[in-house]
Amino acid sequence: MLEIKNLHASVAGKPILKGIDLSIGPGEVHAIMGPNGSGKSTLSYVLAGRDGYDVTDGSVSYDGLDLLTMEPEERAASGVFLAFQYPVEIPGVSNMTFLKAALNAVRKHRGDKELDAMEFLKLIRAKTRLLNMTDEMLKRAVNVGFSGGEKKRNEVLQMAVLDPKLAVLDETDSGLDIDALKVVAEGVNALRGPERSALVITHYQRLLDYIVPDFVHVLAHGRIQRSGGKELALELEAKGYAEFGVDEAA
Amino acid sequence: MTVTATTSPYLDQFRQLAPTLPGGRLPWLGALRCAGAERFAALGFPGTRQEAWKYTNLRALEKVVFAPPPAAAVSIDRVSSVLPEDLVRHRLVFVDGRFRAALSAVGDLPAGVAITSLAAALEATPDLLEGHLGRLGAVDGHALLALNTAFAEDGAVLLLSRGVDLEAPVELVFVTTGVTTAMTSPRLLVVAEPDSRATVIEHHVGLGETASFSNVVAEIEVGAGARLEHYKVQRESPAAFHIAVATARIGRDACYDNFVLTQGAQLSRSEIRAVFAGTGGDCRLSGAYMVRGHQHCDTTTLIDHAEPQCSSREVYKGALDDHSRAVFQGKIVVRPGAQRTDGHQLNRALLLSEHAEIDSKPELEIYADDVKCSHGCTVGELEDTALFYLRSRGIDRVGARALLTAAFLNEAIDEIPVEAVRTAFQDLTADWLQGS
Ligand SMILES: Nc1ncnc2c1ncn2[C@@H]1O[C@H](COP(=O)(O)OP(=O)(O)O)[C@@H](O)[C@H]1O
Ligand SMILES: [Mg+2]
Repeated sequence: MLEIKNLHASVAGKPILKGIDLSIGPGEVHAIMGPNGSGKSTLSYVLAGRDGYDVTDGSVSYDGLDLLTMEPEERAASGVFLAFQYPVEIPGVSNMTFLKAALNAVRKHRGDKELDAMEFLKLIRAKTRLLNMTDEMLKRAVNVGFSGGEKKRNEVLQMAVLDPKLAVLDETDSGLDIDALKVVAEGVNALRGPERSALVITHYQRLLDYIVPDFVHVLAHGRIQRSGGKELALELEAKGYAEFGVDEAA
Repeated sequence: MTVTATTSPYLDQFRQLAPTLPGGRLPWLGALRCAGAERFAALGFPGTRQEAWKYTNLRALEKVVFAPPPAAAVSIDRVSSVLPEDLVRHRLVFVDGRFRAALSAVGDLPAGVAITSLAAALEATPDLLEGHLGRLGAVDGHALLALNTAFAEDGAVLLLSRGVDLEAPVELVFVTTGVTTAMTSPRLLVVAEPDSRATVIEHHVGLGETASFSNVVAEIEVGAGARLEHYKVQRESPAAFHIAVATARIGRDACYDNFVLTQGAQLSRSEIRAVFAGTGGDCRLSGAYMVRGHQHCDTTTLIDHAEPQCSSREVYKGALDDHSRAVFQGKIVVRPGAQRTDGHQLNRALLLSEHAEIDSKPELEIYADDVKCSHGCTVGELEDTALFYLRSRGIDRVGARALLTAAFLNEAIDEIPVEAVRTAFQDLTADWLQGS
């Protein structure tokens, strides 16, 4: 599904990712944990295709495609979804308009019929109910005036609507109370399936109680330092990142 | 170029045409027209050395010799409406400046309302116009207003008697066919007596590729307690020049609401002058301009707080692509004694190209002490983070830019209180963003 080889990336000329190797098979959920500043968000932006995140070496193949040569919208249409650590506010564009434009763009790219207003409304109602979201949140401008938790739920709503094959969740758990965390985890788990994969980036082990990963990787200093099963997350929770040369309480 | 070189063709035309213009036998009108021609002759076309025209250069306009369109009418069978057809009960259509009865329709009117073409009104009821025509749009220092006054042969007249509420909007459509290099001089006169109410939608649309010149003057009297909503769409053809001056006099507790949507013409200027003539008046001037290519779009406003306790609010937003240029000049004057004035002005421009430019000049002249006045001007670009966010959701670059630009412009369009107009203007904006 996703094959990252020897990935090096720089931001503003500063090397951040220094040789990442990661292979995610269909149906697998991988977690990436690591201290602040280790390059987790950088990796997620590189996968989504953000300008200014320059790949200096290595390759990423997704579903047999050379992901790094694709425009961000092509990646999205091909099934890559990034839930942002810091979702962006877009004044003047209602959440509803945004979701409909996104879904229809992706459907069009996939060769599916675009949905009309009624069909879309039906789909969106079902998804919002699942995520405990109100209709009122759909009418508001995208993320404007949303609380931290609402923003994260909105990311998961977008994911549910776009139905990706590879979901990258960048600290979707931060700023959520336990109930919101469960709702978000349920949203993610609802998308699990034999053909879908996820890369769950988190700072804390807590989320992984609800989204149980197949593999856990530790990212520090721009490289994956260690990989293991879900028990690695518990170990990191107990011992912190000290053994990776990072002075930080986890 | 001397004043005479560029003005004399128009003065020659005026001498030939004057006897044939509607209402030609009315002495007051003849005098008004002659005064217009004389003022134009004396002033010439405005130049960039004049403060008010510093950023808008009319040289390209001066180079062409325009003439009133020939009498043989170009045939047109349909004119599209800004509003959904079922909402348009009263519509006057002008083709190359002249009223076309066959394309127009005026539905049932409440007693005390007159909607007619200017030419017809000058024939049938000239007494109703005397004293109004040329009053607010007086021939003073404005050369193009003077030129319009000399040549105005048609236009629209809306008279509202005291207390009458004309519920359905009046649509005035001005079609420029572009068959000849025509100058049209539409003149609008609105007299809203105390406590009356109406909505007027002005729609200027161009069909051809030939250079044309629309020189529009509007005179708007909003009596005490009256309320007038005045909306305008300017979609002239790419070779057109469009210059408009609207003057509104706002009576005690009256409300004047103006919105201009600008998309067309190679060079356009929308000048609005609003003066308060009584306490408690309310004036709202807003607009959205969207230009591309080498278009030039000038918005110039003057709000004259000549009376105390009046409020004014201006919200203009513009999107500029390619090599286009925009000018915003917004002046607010608060006269001595105009206490408890509330005046707010905002102009925000979005540059969609590194070659686009805007000149923004807000001006506050305040001679009273108990006032709340503010102005703000911003120039920005689309935000990279927002663009990336939209693209990461599958919306392509063009679609993402259009969505963000529409959101930006809609902030001004949202100022329009009439829902049908608001929706229509949003749709026109979406069309423009699609490139049409
Ligand atoms: N836009 C940027 N400009 C400069 N440095 C950046 C930028 N984004 C991230 N960095 C730097 O890159 C490093 C990794 O950041 P990030 O990927 O956000 O880490 P994480 O998500 O693991 O906390 C940090 O040292 C950070 O300061
Ligand atoms: Mg991060």
